[in-house]
Amino acid sequence: MSVSADSIPAAPSSRWSLSRLAHDHNVLGVLFLLPAAAFLLVFLTYPLGLGVWLGFTDTRIGRSGIFVGLENYQLLWEDHIFWLSVFNTILYTTVASVLKFGLGLWLALLLNERLPFKAFFRAIVLLPWVVPTVLSAIAFWWIYDAQFSIISWALIKIGLIDSNINFLGDATNARASVIAANVWRGIPFVAISLLAGLQTIPPSLHEAATLDGATSWQRFRHITLPMLTPIIAVVMTFSVLFTFTDFQLIYVLTRGGPLNATHLMATLSFQRAIPGGQLGEGAAIAVAMIPFLLAAILFSYFGLQRRRWQQGGAD
Amino acid sequence: MTISRRDLLLGSAGLAAGAAGMSMLGSVPARAQSAMKFTPEQGASLRVLRWSPFVKGDEDAWLANTKKFTEATGVEVRIDKESWEDIRPKAAVAANVGSGPDVMWVWFDDAHQYPDKLLDVTDLANDLGSRYGGWYAGPEGYAKRDGRFIGLPLATIGNALCYRDSWVKEAGFSEFPKDTKGFLELCKALKAKGHPAGFPHGKAVGDGNNYAHWLLWSHGGKMVDENGKVVINSPETIEALKYARELYQTFIPGTESWLDVNNNRAFLAGEISVTANGVSLYYAAKNDPKLAEMAADIKTTNLPIGPVGQSVELHQTTTAVIFKYTKFPQAAQAYLQFMFEADQMNNWIQGSSAYCCQTLKAFASNPVWTSDPVHAPYAKASETLRPNGYAGPLGYASAAVMADYVLVDMFAEAATGQRTPEDAAKRAEQRANRYYRV
Repeated sequence: MSVSADSIPAAPSSRWSLSRLAHDHNVLGVLFLLPAAAFLLVFLTYPLGLGVWLGFTDTRIGRSGIFVGLENYQLLWEDHIFWLSVFNTILYTTVASVLKFGLGLWLALLLNERLPFKAFFRAIVLLPWVVPTVLSAIAFWWIYDAQFSIISWALIKIGLIDSNINFLGDATNARASVIAANVWRGIPFVAISLLAGLQTIPPSLHEAATLDGATSWQRFRHITLPMLTPIIAVVMTFSVLFTFTDFQLIYVLTRGGPLNATHLMATLSFQRAIPGGQLGEGAAIAVAMIPFLLAAILFSYFGLQRRRWQQGGAD
Repeated sequence: MTISRRDLLLGSAGLAAGAAGMSMLGSVPARAQSAMKFTPEQGASLRVLRWSPFVKGDEDAWLANTKKFTEATGVEVRIDKESWEDIRPKAAVAANVGSGPDVMWVWFDDAHQYPDKLLDVTDLANDLGSRYGGWYAGPEGYAKRDGRFIGLPLATIGNALCYRDSWVKEAGFSEFPKDTKGFLELCKALKAKGHPAGFPHGKAVGDGNNYAHWLLWSHGGKMVDENGKVVINSPETIEALKYARELYQTFIPGTESWLDVNNNRAFLAGEISVTANGVSLYYAAKNDPKLAEMAADIKTTNLPIGPVGQSVELHQTTTAVIFKYTKFPQAAQAYLQFMFEADQMNNWIQGSSAYCCQTLKAFASNPVWTSDPVHAPYAKASETLRPNGYAGPLGYASAAVMADYVLVDMFAEAATGQRTPEDAAKRAEQRANRYYRV
């Protein structure tokens, strides 16, 4: 490479400014943030913004829409299927989350005890979480099949029932069945996360309490639970968010049936937007999920995380 | 997929069978006029996106025909497959972003969702229609908008009743009833003999909609009138709902949760005596040595005729569209023209083993329809086909009403007794009005 005579004196100055820049924390900070910020903007902010915008338009598949204000929301307000999906989603999330928390915590406490083959059991517990949702959903589809359900078959063989259980054909059964499948899938996440939390509790606290004559329930109530609360807050926030936005399980098992009894907001949003072609309305349903999700996050933040004792103060 | 040597070898078996069939044909009308000429653009290559085949012979024959086209014209054709349910979103994305496959096989009223994004193929369609006996009105309706063809009607995936002949006889019926009244009596008798019927009342996109539309149309009900006004809440619909309620009581329990595959599984397991399906159900039994006895006992017939006095069914229909954004519109039209010509089309229809019914009347004489008595009812699919959203215009509303399972839910509500027929019809009217609103 040839270097012109003019460029020689400029070199030290540019090198100097570059090195100065390289030591400027603000500049460096911005530089290091850029990739992450770009990633977030492109893959999170833009789709979210686009979704919100689409909810205010009458966009359909194959046709760009125009701004229609709140029309999509007005239409949804009068749509009984939409309200049914809201009810279903809240029911599904509440029941599944409570069960996942209760069973997950119980499992975590068991796994925290001195067990033979502890590592093996911990690995096994993770399986439902590791298996792809669609795969486990297909397994449940067979388990709940109207004609070939293994549960029905076994109960008939034992003599407890004399005809197949209508797992997915009856509204109440279908809701209970999809919740059970979701709980089975979600427990490992809660259990393993809480187990990690349990292991951060210093054994000395338990020892001291035992010496003071505390019962195991008192130790759980006054040591384990308070120490675990921050973890519970985070884990349950995630768990509620995952459950609220569930799609695959319902889509494989029932597609929202029977008679929309298991339609969640996410599945209804997809049904209206993609097969139905109404991108605007589908986006509006998806956007309508945001207030519920925000409420769940805020509840976790204010209700569980901001406990003063975390900063050393009274509760 | 790009055509490979393996594909050619695989396809050659079908081709040989097709060639054998060709000699038996002979009734395809002589080409009274010479075909239109499309000259592929220099260096043209095409991408075709189709639904994954349900019958292997369909794909083999199509690939072999495509190979012939490439050999004749030098135009490379890549054929991709997608699960049939993914076709709608993929086509929509291609139409929206203006990029993707040149040719695509779409379902039902998809083409009417983005007609302005599709190449006008009226000249080609008229050319083929004039040389091959004309298009059947039903499939033509799906491919035509404002008098212009926005795609070529490719095939009707026929739906017919599949039943166990021995059980029907055991129930005291020497022949299968032709009308809805007799059909109900048969189902009652079958149920009494421990061989219930089974039709899906769950969110079964294909089978559920086929069954619901037949129930409605056979009784004279319709979703909308010619002007797109919702008229579902009618005395005819109420009659259809009452009939569905009675029929439901002859079903195996659990059909409210059935998706598309459940009736196949129940039928093949010998749990039900009669259901409606494509010919693939018969082939699932025929191709399984363990089910040879059942396959020999399976018979098929068209769905019974109701008070309207004629056979009317939804079926599934697929249209081949060319996107306007294609760089090679001439090559794409030349390709479709080639595939519709007698040699190729007959080969494909035959390879599809009665799964794909012709949309051009001249191909009704294809030997596949007489090669096995089970095939015969499927030959009429294009003839009995009535477009979705009858009697209104095809488009966004008709597609959305079907996608929202308005009819399927209405029949499920009334059949299972969760609502009265009157309530179910009223709710369907409200739901349909959301889409057909003026």
